[in-house]
Amino acid sequence: MIQFDRVSKRYPGGYEALSDVSFLIEAGEMVFLTGHSGAGKSTLMKLVALLERTSRGQVIVDGRNLAGVKRSGIPQHRRKIGIIFQDHKLLHDRTVFDNVALPLVVAGIGHSEARRRVRAALDKVGLLDKERLFPVVLSGGEQQRVGIARAVVNKPPLLIADEPTGNLDPALSVEIMKLFGLFNQVGVTVLIASHDHRLIRRLGKRHLMLDHGRLSDRPLHGDGETFDG
Amino acid sequence: MAKASMSGPTVFGRLGAWAAHHGHSLLSTLGRLSRAPVATAMTVGVLGIALALPAALHLVVDNMRALSNSWESALHISVFLKPGVRVPEAEALATTLRARDDVGSVRVIGPDEALAEFREQSGFGAALDTLRENPLPAVLVVAPPAGITSPGALEPLRGEIERHAAVDFVQLDTQWLQRLFAILAIAQRGIIVVAVLLGIAVVVTVGNTIRLDIQNRRQEIEVTKLIGGSDAFIRRPFLYTGFWYGVGGGLTAAILVAFALFAVEGPVARLAGLYGSGFTLSGLGMGGFGALVGTGALLAWAGSWVAVGRHLDEIEPT
Ligand SMILES: Nc1ncnc2c1ncn2[C@@H]1O[C@H](COP(=O)(O)OP(=O)(O)OP(=O)(O)O)[C@@H](O)[C@H]1O
Ligand SMILES: [Mg+2]
Repeated sequence: MIQFDRVSKRYPGGYEALSDVSFLIEAGEMVFLTGHSGAGKSTLMKLVALLERTSRGQVIVDGRNLAGVKRSGIPQHRRKIGIIFQDHKLLHDRTVFDNVALPLVVAGIGHSEARRRVRAALDKVGLLDKERLFPVVLSGGEQQRVGIARAVVNKPPLLIADEPTGNLDPALSVEIMKLFGLFNQVGVTVLIASHDHRLIRRLGKRHLMLDHGRLSDRPLHGDGETFDG
Repeated sequence: MAKASMSGPTVFGRLGAWAAHHGHSLLSTLGRLSRAPVATAMTVGVLGIALALPAALHLVVDNMRALSNSWESALHISVFLKPGVRVPEAEALATTLRARDDVGSVRVIGPDEALAEFREQSGFGAALDTLRENPLPAVLVVAPPAGITSPGALEPLRGEIERHAAVDFVQLDTQWLQRLFAILAIAQRGIIVVAVLLGIAVVVTVGNTIRLDIQNRRQEIEVTKLIGGSDAFIRRPFLYTGFWYGVGGGLTAAILVAFALFAVEGPVARLAGLYGSGFTLSGLGMGGFGALVGTGALLAWAGSWVAVGRHLDEIEPT
């Protein structure tokens, strides 16, 4: 589903955020991306969503080499990816329902069909009763779940999340990760960038670790804890 | 073929969704504008004034042209005969003139008739009574045949009449008309210049308003781009907003022009009455109204295109 082939990314300032990164994530996999702050996790995510372009190497998403995607093709590419952000990126002048419906409106889905899908997505994240509220009145965890509902409403084959639990307490984080697990179970490929090593170990999924822009094969070390699973 | 007919329903479904989306955008942009009534009214007001000015000037020139055309039918040469010339001589001259191709009609006004007319129109009746003899000469009023409307066409005739022995002097009452036409032509050019400048002002005003709108909705644009909104999709509400500004400006301009017309209608009618003319002001009419609103919408649309083209690409999600 996602293939990086000797990818490097150098930002305009000259800083090389990713160096010679290669990996393959199969369709249906759920993979965590870890690494210290500044290791290049967000940069890698941005390359997948075509928010940035590679400096060298190739990124292939869903069988498509992203080097061949022109500017005009970017919207179509992004519709195949559900993107989830640490800061939710919800629109505060629109209701929960309208926020979640946005990807469908953008894709030109008819009104009644959109309505059905939005309610299905809100149901999955357990927020069906809040569809008329505005995001500001929701808790952090609820806002994040609205963001997830928006990401999955279009049934994309790929979900990417950049530190989706960064601002949440441990219990909420587990809940959110479980949610991702559920989507993964129905066949969605999931890539999550996270600092939360304990949580990742608990979930027992594959992980990729970045260290100063390079993939490292060092094992995960918990924050002073020992692994006992 | 089979494939096409199979995909038919979805194509129509998509078309329907597309049309529904356009309709929805049109209405929702209107709704958004109405939720900020003061800001919207100020923008629309400025556009209305900018559009009303050239429209009103155009109407003024149009009306003056119509008015002067009605005067043109009164084109004639006044031939003042020498003081000693009697009515029979004047009649004889009139008869020779009537035989000419370039003369339509000749009216003879003898000195007595002229005095009576003057007495009646000038109000100097009492003063005239003190005169011992009539100082007025006989006058021939020579009109060109029907169909001649250009003052220049009368020049050769005027020259010939002037050389006649009985003629004191000839007055072609058209020089001021020719000057008026020249002034109107200049005014028309001036209006085009004013219209172009104010048209640019409309484009710039709308462009700037839309630019601010884009900046205020930066986050929304970013998010929409992130979830795969196409450029066309993101552009649309801004273009429609511009369109509504233009329509609003055009309507405002039409109302302003109507008010101005209403304000001068009374005095103009009185003036026309003084000249014994049934002249009435003509307004914008349906065509003018449509042109005003259409021009407003078009210019404002263009303004929002400029703003959207320049500023939407700058906003990229990170
Ligand atoms: N637009 C940019 N221009 C220049 N340098 C950048 C840009 N974006 C990121 N960087 C640099 O690239 C490096 C990697 O950044 P990135 O955001 O990918 O790290 P990260 O692993 O997501 O870190 P964090 O865990 O703190 O979010 C950092 O050193 C950062 O300063
Ligand atoms: Mg990051």
